[in-house]
Amino acid sequence: MKLSRYPGLIIAVLLVVLVSLYPIITGSASARETVFTVLMSLALASSLNILLGYTGYVSFGHIVFFGLGGYVGFYTLTALHWHLLLAVLAGGAAAAGLAFALGKSILRLRGAYFALATIGVNEALRAFINNFEPFGGPVGMDMKFAIYNEYGGAMQALWIVYGGLIVITLGVIFTSYAVKKSKFGLGLMAIREDEDAAEVMGVMAPNAKTWAYVLSAIFPGLIGVLFFFKNGNIEPGDAFRLHLSIELIVMVMLGGQGTVLGPIVGGAAYQQLRKTLLTSPLFKNIQLAVAGFLLLIIVLFIPSGAVGWLRSRFATMRRVLE
Amino acid sequence: MILQVQNVTKRFGGLTAVKNVSFELAEGHILGLIGPNGAGKTTLFNCINGVYDPSEGKIIFRGQDITGLPTYRAAHLGLARTHQIVRPLNELTVRQNVIVGACYGRENLGLREAAHVADEIMAFVGLSQRTDMLASSLNVAQKKRLELARALASRPYLLLLDEVLAGLNPTEVSAMLDTIRSVQQMGITIIMIEHIMHAVMSLSQHIIVLNYGELIAEGSPEEVSQNPQVIEAYLGDPDLAERLLEEDRI
Ligand SMILES: Nc1ncnc2c1ncn2[C@@H]1O[C@H](COP(=O)(O)OP(=O)(O)O)[C@@H](O)[C@H]1O
Ligand SMILES: [Mg+2]
Repeated sequence: MKLSRYPGLIIAVLLVVLVSLYPIITGSASARETVFTVLMSLALASSLNILLGYTGYVSFGHIVFFGLGGYVGFYTLTALHWHLLLAVLAGGAAAAGLAFALGKSILRLRGAYFALATIGVNEALRAFINNFEPFGGPVGMDMKFAIYNEYGGAMQALWIVYGGLIVITLGVIFTSYAVKKSKFGLGLMAIREDEDAAEVMGVMAPNAKTWAYVLSAIFPGLIGVLFFFKNGNIEPGDAFRLHLSIELIVMVMLGGQGTVLGPIVGGAAYQQLRKTLLTSPLFKNIQLAVAGFLLLIIVLFIPSGAVGWLRSRFATMRRVLE
Repeated sequence: MILQVQNVTKRFGGLTAVKNVSFELAEGHILGLIGPNGAGKTTLFNCINGVYDPSEGKIIFRGQDITGLPTYRAAHLGLARTHQIVRPLNELTVRQNVIVGACYGRENLGLREAAHVADEIMAFVGLSQRTDMLASSLNVAQKKRLELARALASRPYLLLLDEVLAGLNPTEVSAMLDTIRSVQQMGITIIMIEHIMHAVMSLSQHIIVLNYGELIAEGSPEEVSQNPQVIEAYLGDPDLAERLLEEDRI
């Protein structure tokens, strides 16, 4: 394998690796927390991009997979005393399972109807878990501090979680790239451009869409477990935050839907912006309004996002940026 | 017989767009499908390749009953079509459009082989100069060729052409006619919907005529063009009568 043949992948991976290494090299816990948020955002945005960017289906309630994964993982950690690694896999499997089960039904809906259905799913699951006693109902679940001792104490556990997130983020990027470059991905993009024409050409849209949905759900499921393990408690209000879903869409659109690099750039840029807004007295209470406004601007003026704009503007960029 | 259409009816609510239509098609032939606007020609295509489920009747393709199969199954079995209103995959390049056809068509190729097939087909239809352009940037004539290229890339047994000549200028029309002849020589059976009479007449071995969803005549081009019912159907459509007259002048 000649690396120079995959410039789009290399750039994306290098960006992530460089940013991730900084806290490790400096050993700074506060840098680690900042980068954790950034990595989580760009990994979630990149997963969403598989559905939103490649397939053209806007999942407004994508955070449901993060929440469900988080809950299932948390439960296996605290009630079943599973190892974190297994818990993370369980969270991913649960998210994938939900996406698969939903896929056949709600993916038949198109456009706004699909988007609305995904919000419905998120709200329905939140309501369900609110009343589901094994998961703690409305108060959720807490983690005993002793659990962290199995991972060398709380400090060490936080670094392990951080390492786990780096691995998952790289996994998302490889997946995103591999999908984009594959026959499967080409089928997804055909569906995005014209689903009926794609089917006439032989693309099995119902299957392809379901697998795209499953792929884009697995990673939020995995990440949810890490997040809530680190958090130490989980409750419905935290797990199924619809506005996080919307922020993810902003990130994807900002960087460029349908590109590998776009959600990475968009996720990082959005988090920087959010941080600035949150620390500014003027904007800190209207951060979501700013996100909404930003989305409006992007959709109106640069619908292909930053990376998409560069690609369409400069032919050389098309070879380098994926 | 590569295709048998048996008593196919398609209703949309109260409207019967295709009424009890039956015909057969021998391998290697070009069948012309003509009729005034709104006669149900496109709907019949949609029934044949599974975009619509016929309300009644059967479609037998290469001996297999394909009635009610999803359209992608029909594509896998070797049935390809072009759209009257072109449907390019806009944000993909011309090459990617054609590769989709090759990847997901009858031969179910991998990306690499599909790219070879796509290059060959693009050369064949005359799109080699535009392979890396976005499909959205093509003009109408090129988009029609793209429709044809995607369909051919799937290596079909039967090709349904829905007004591939509409909107082309006379030079483009005659170029496209040559292309269609070469497609036939590749051994592909064709059904073509066409309004340009001299084109259908010169290409088809056999013609069927639809009017208000019903098959009102069939036969050789000569037979059909002299059939009083056909003439009446066309004269009943002032637009088309005028267009026919114009074409006679060309
Ligand atoms: N999806 C549809 N729903 C309702 N009516 C339709 C649909 N498709 C076609 N029709 C109607 O069926 C009739 C035949 O249309 P069509 O097959 O497109 O005619 P042609 O291709 O011969 O011009 C027209 O009256 C048209 O309005
Ligand atoms: Mg028509």
